[in-house]
Amino acid sequence: MNFDLSQEQKEMRELALKFAKNEMIPIARELDEKEEFPAEIIKKAWEIGFVNTCIPTEYGGNGFTLLDAVTIAESVSYGCMGMFTSIMCNDLALTPIVVGGSHEQKEKFLRPFTESPKLASFCLTEPGHGSDAAGIQTTIKDGGDHWILNGEKMWITNAGYADLFTVYCTTDPTLKHKGISCVIVEAGTEGIILGKKEEKMGQRCSDTRGIRFENVKVPKENMLGNPGDGWKIAMATLNHSRPLVASISLGGAQRAMELSISYAKERKQFGVPIAKHQAIQFMIAEMAIKIEATRLLIQKAAWLTDNNLPSAKEASAAKAFAADSCMQITTDAVQIYGGYGYSREYPVEKIMRDAKLIQIYEGTSQIQRLVIAREVIGRD
Amino acid sequence: MNIFVCVKQVPDTETKIQPNGDGTFIETSSIKWIMNPYDEFAVEQALLTKAANAGSTVTVVRVGGVKDTEALRTALAMGADDAILVEAEDNLDSYSIAKALKGGIEKSANRPDLILCGKQAIDDDCLQVPQILAEMMDLPSVAVIVGFEQNGDIVTVKREVEGGALEVYEVKTPCVLATNKGINTPRYASLPGIMKAKRKPLQQLTLADVGVSADDRRVKYSNFALPPEKPAGKKFDAMDEAAAAGIVAEVVGLLRNEAKVI
Amino acid sequence: MAKVLVYTELNKGNVKPVTLEILGKLVGQEVEVAVIGDLGDDQVKVLGEYGAAKVHKLKGDNLDKYSPEGYSNALKAFIASGAYDYVFAGATSAGKDFIPRLAAKFEAGVASDCVNFLFEGDAFAGTRPLFAGKCLAKVELQGPKPHFVTVRPNALGMPESTTAGAGAASESEVQAGEIRAAIKEIVAAASEKVDLTEANIIVSGGRAMKNPENFKILNDLADVIGATVGASRAAVDSGYAAPDMQVGQTGKTVSPSLYIACGISGAIQHLAGMRTSKVIVAINTDPDAPIFTKADYGIVGDLYKIVPLLQEEFKKILA
Repeated sequence: MNFDLSQEQKEMRELALKFAKNEMIPIARELDEKEEFPAEIIKKAWEIGFVNTCIPTEYGGNGFTLLDAVTIAESVSYGCMGMFTSIMCNDLALTPIVVGGSHEQKEKFLRPFTESPKLASFCLTEPGHGSDAAGIQTTIKDGGDHWILNGEKMWITNAGYADLFTVYCTTDPTLKHKGISCVIVEAGTEGIILGKKEEKMGQRCSDTRGIRFENVKVPKENMLGNPGDGWKIAMATLNHSRPLVASISLGGAQRAMELSISYAKERKQFGVPIAKHQAIQFMIAEMAIKIEATRLLIQKAAWLTDNNLPSAKEASAAKAFAADSCMQITTDAVQIYGGYGYSREYPVEKIMRDAKLIQIYEGTSQIQRLVIAREVIGRD
Repeated sequence: MNIFVCVKQVPDTETKIQPNGDGTFIETSSIKWIMNPYDEFAVEQALLTKAANAGSTVTVVRVGGVKDTEALRTALAMGADDAILVEAEDNLDSYSIAKALKGGIEKSANRPDLILCGKQAIDDDCLQVPQILAEMMDLPSVAVIVGFEQNGDIVTVKREVEGGALEVYEVKTPCVLATNKGINTPRYASLPGIMKAKRKPLQQLTLADVGVSADDRRVKYSNFALPPEKPAGKKFDAMDEAAAAGIVAEVVGLLRNEAKVI
Repeated sequence: MAKVLVYTELNKGNVKPVTLEILGKLVGQEVEVAVIGDLGDDQVKVLGEYGAAKVHKLKGDNLDKYSPEGYSNALKAFIASGAYDYVFAGATSAGKDFIPRLAAKFEAGVASDCVNFLFEGDAFAGTRPLFAGKCLAKVELQGPKPHFVTVRPNALGMPESTTAGAGAASESEVQAGEIRAAIKEIVAAASEKVDLTEANIIVSGGRAMKNPENFKILNDLADVIGATVGASRAAVDSGYAAPDMQVGQTGKTVSPSLYIACGISGAIQHLAGMRTSKVIVAINTDPDAPIFTKADYGIVGDLYKIVPLLQEEFKKILA
């Protein structure tokens, strides 16, 4: 077994870390305090190639494997999890097109993203349906030569800046997941009403809003597959997106651990650096264990997906473990910093606030466990 | 234009430097290698010059170990066209390195119009290779440049000297220029660039191929050691006005003669 | 005894101090000095006092301005005819630039930027810093002679006593040769202050500054030593200094050779921003201020008295 990354993957990781340290970290606090959208960072990241890792070479993309993508994701997230959520949101929105779109749809909708730094949003969650995604109420009706979309989505990342929305909707809510379809809606279409930017606990630079669709006309050719194909597309997308989201947690956790170690070596109490006290050592050791395990889970899930092997269990495990571990690690980082950790002048409290979201979005840690239980116990 | 850039691979700036067991060099087992930071400015200047002169090529040349090739791959990923690697240990002296670089450049099919280097390598901090290389190749050189303008085959460069003054030189290509920080902002490589880098031509040579041997060493190092520990801080009581002037004089003297910062 | 030539540069007609530092260490060797251009009799005398047996004034066309080719060409023939074992120069901008070219003309090596040296019999053995000063090593030269050495200014220190040499002056004609890279003009250094993050010397004020106007005494000191002025968070929060002057956890991280903290207590947030400074001087009336645990030189005193005294003392020593 070879646990090593390829030479190119190592170089990509180094480049991503360099970007994180030089471009993202110096402004992370400011963007968080001002809740300011990281437009410049996204543009620079796009120029280097960190954005839209899912687009295949046939449509102008870099043709990265998922293993390439998670390697990049971890290192860019090291800089700021909120900024990377904005960056990887494109992949959440575009992967459905990659897995479920026709050649014409891929050409039409994916290629523009390789030509300029456009943004996309992925719209599944509704005010009344989060974990119960199969119960979504946004409807799609046949309007003759177009579809008509009506409904309300919530907690949509990049909504205020998106050029494209990938929207999950239903032809008949009673059919639950069998009725779900996936359509592409271009920004600027009449009837798209953006909500105000939500004020969040963390990842504050990321733009998150509600969106209302009022009789929005969607061209017939904008549906991915046929009516009812939406759930299948969503599930295939998750095998790509869950390891990626897990990597966001991993990057944040890695940063939190490194900050904890450097602080513990500097801060003296009872006459010695606190790194000499076992209580602190044990907290840091826990961080190291969790980070190592997280990385391996993510890499395996990515490898399975890249090799077209079943990966639902591993992808969910990676996401749940990464998110929960990161929450613990960042909480302990604040603890190690003590009073200074609680101050916004020091970087750890922000990472702790950012970490919480990953336990919630892209399938809560509880939903992940349901998925895993179903996989291992069986469906009866 | 055929532009050559000389790059060196050096330990990362964060590396904790430790003399090795017998003091003959530093411990290299756990070193993270990077492209010499000053060379990044040289690579960037080469790429900018290439963009301004249609049909140009950028060849990056390195003398060093083959185990780690970060510096060359980074330069190729940034946009250099091909690379020449002269295989050697990583602790040759400036004279040997310059001679090997000259040999490597001469093995290229392209005649150099411009040779760019970083002003110094952050491992040995000698600031000699660009000048020795120029002398060996019988080319003019200007080092520590912070400004570059080209008009046909004349380049106008600004050299930074003590006190921050700038000497403005005009020199006809071919020439050797050594870049300082501030001349440009080195671009990030791109991810596609990283993937393309491995397909770019890399010519590998030995020291023998370029006529360099152990006899070319001019500078010998030994007794590598950490600098002496900083002495414990000194504290002076100058609350008494009468004593103050004397104490200030003493501290300033220490700053000059002991700490050597003034 | 080795036959040594020391190349000297001038600053406004005066021999640069590094030359005298080098001469001080060459006592016991056969030492001559060379300068390109003219040299006043008083300076020739000084060189003699510090041990120069001969002082050679090298004159020729196209040598009024520095050029790496001109200077190295000019010295080449002169050195060859003198059969020197060693050629020394200060590791100044010019020295670091043309000495390697000059040495290459002899296929000889250069031990550059040495911070110390001695002669073991006739053989030079120097000490030089590597890896940005994180390491020191012994350096020796081998191969064709003469061997070349550049010495870091202010590293050896001025000799405590001097051994006079004959100091016999003479003039020689030298050729600059073909100069392909020539200075067209010299642009004086910009007067804007260097940014804190790049500054080599920083003077910072803390809570004890009491108001923005008092920063004037820090600015005056900074002008004398070429420093940039910074401030602690306490000073900035109280409105005594602009936010972009803040050094600390929330503020700039600086790494100067010299950091002078005036009326700064040394809270952990401030230390986070300046603790990698090479040398720290602290001035505070409170002998228990935490900054004194980090300072290399701590002065317990009133900054309003101490800072002007520092300014005077620096002015004297830098004249």
